[in-house]
Amino acid sequence: MAAIVTFAEQREGRLRRSSLEAVSEARRLAGPLKATVATVVVGPKAAGLAPELASYGADRVHAFEDGGTYATETYAAALADVIAAAKPTAVFIPFTAMGKDMAPRVAAKVGAGLVSDCVALTLADGRLRARRPVYAGKAYATVAWEGDPQMATLRPNVFSLGTPDASRKAEVVAGPLAGSARARVIRVEASAGGKVELSEAQVIVSGGRGLRGPENFHLVTALGEAFGAAVGASRAVVDAGWVEHQMQVGQTGKTVSPTLYIACGISGAIQHLAGMSSSKCIVAINKDPDAPIFKVANYGIVGDVFEILPRLTAAAKAYFASK
Amino acid sequence: MKIVVCVEQVPDTETRIRVAPEGNRIVEQDLTWIVSPFDEFAIEAALRIKEQKGGEVVLVSLGPDRVQSALRTGLAMGADSALHVKDAAFEGSDTLAIARGLAAAIRTVAPVDLVLTGQQGVGGDHSQIPGLLAEMLDLPQVTVAVKLSVEDGKATVEREIEGARETWETALPAVISTQKGLNEPRYASLKGIMAAKKKPITVKDASALGLDPGALGPKTRVLALEMPAARPAVKMIEGDPETQARELMRLLHEEAQVI
Repeated sequence: MAAIVTFAEQREGRLRRSSLEAVSEARRLAGPLKATVATVVVGPKAAGLAPELASYGADRVHAFEDGGTYATETYAAALADVIAAAKPTAVFIPFTAMGKDMAPRVAAKVGAGLVSDCVALTLADGRLRARRPVYAGKAYATVAWEGDPQMATLRPNVFSLGTPDASRKAEVVAGPLAGSARARVIRVEASAGGKVELSEAQVIVSGGRGLRGPENFHLVTALGEAFGAAVGASRAVVDAGWVEHQMQVGQTGKTVSPTLYIACGISGAIQHLAGMSSSKCIVAINKDPDAPIFKVANYGIVGDVFEILPRLTAAAKAYFASK
Repeated sequence: MKIVVCVEQVPDTETRIRVAPEGNRIVEQDLTWIVSPFDEFAIEAALRIKEQKGGEVVLVSLGPDRVQSALRTGLAMGADSALHVKDAAFEGSDTLAIARGLAAAIRTVAPVDLVLTGQQGVGGDHSQIPGLLAEMLDLPQVTVAVKLSVEDGKATVEREIEGARETWETALPAVISTQKGLNEPRYASLKGIMAAKKKPITVKDASALGLDPGALGPKTRVLALEMPAARPAVKMIEGDPETQARELMRLLHEEAQVI
């Protein structure tokens, strides 16, 4: 029987949502492909995560016990071994920091074609077709594979989560993670203040040059807090040193597709629009009615961010307090 | 130290992309080509290590004749020499074939202490070349570096992951991919630009690298490229700031149903 292999990422004993999205997508395609779903998970008490993976659709869980931190070489070797044995038709890995790091290494080991950052998978004559953004979303490519396995990394937050069924059981194959890695994590520091990660955020509030200076960026941060949102920025203000570079949204920063994106004082350079225009709902607040950002926005407010942002923050606080 | 930097030439991030009539590639005519911004961080990192510890920086790029201008840019910044991998067999190829070409080119300048390249090529956005190269060259890898220091046969690298920052230590040689935040790439000086004209660019095809051009067929193929779906027309919210703020919250809740 054909197989689909997925990789499940856990950190601190918890499965990432994107790992469950990958299992759900494998389950969805397993029917038409007449395939079983095997999921690889690595970490301390990895086998303990099997019931949750099973409930989303894994038929078999390969649990590699390992007390250490993530290491590319050993994780990639474990996944490649499972692929070599299962000879799957497809392999799905979340396009997270870990998946992004590991997937190419696995692809090279097994000689598979790898399609990165897929946002949709469809079937055509029993073969997969992937849809993925290129040029940070300025265009979309439809990609097909030659031969098996058809290996894909899946963008987090895009593939829908299946309904878990606690009665589903998986066969568990447990064992230690073997081998050693020449590159290792020696320290992990959590980002300050439990900030919401841009690429995983449901709501993003971003600020641009319209804020006039770094001393005013707190207006954007405050609005972000009111929405429980991640805070982003345009390249202009990152390059000017107002905020950290990891907050940059756009072609040389992060490509995001949240449910709600609020652009404050951002005019909308092509490279910025590329990074955010797949957001479900876009709000633009800008004093220039001709700013390109309004061409991608669902709702526009022409006005002064210094007037609007504090009032919007207050209105948002009142709204969420009343819920 | 001998450092290899893999450089990709990409369309300027400020340019608009148009789909060619064949429907599976972009119109290349009239595009402005630049060194992929993430590869600029790699070149800068290599030059800083060379300035500190001495050694040699070799650039490698794969593509048609136009990529030589990207190599000249890197040479003008201060790299010592460049290798241009050029073969029709790579046209329409995928990441796996490109990595094979780059890996073979890197082997011709071995032994190498460090391979640097951008964490993704702007445009294809695959983020695959660093990991593919590392595996093909049997080297350790650390990707998406925002801080890098090299000493005594090892490198210490910081990378950002979701909600945290990791510090990695790797034995050298290794493949390290570079991210925005690592450094501020220098501009080529006039003197550098003049000097670059005299620096060697060696051109090699697949067979010269010991690769069988027939075995470079892609494992993935782009069937179609299309522009993103048009966004709905914008609804402008009028009134004084107070009214606009309240009305926006109402629309987000009642109409867009996103809060």
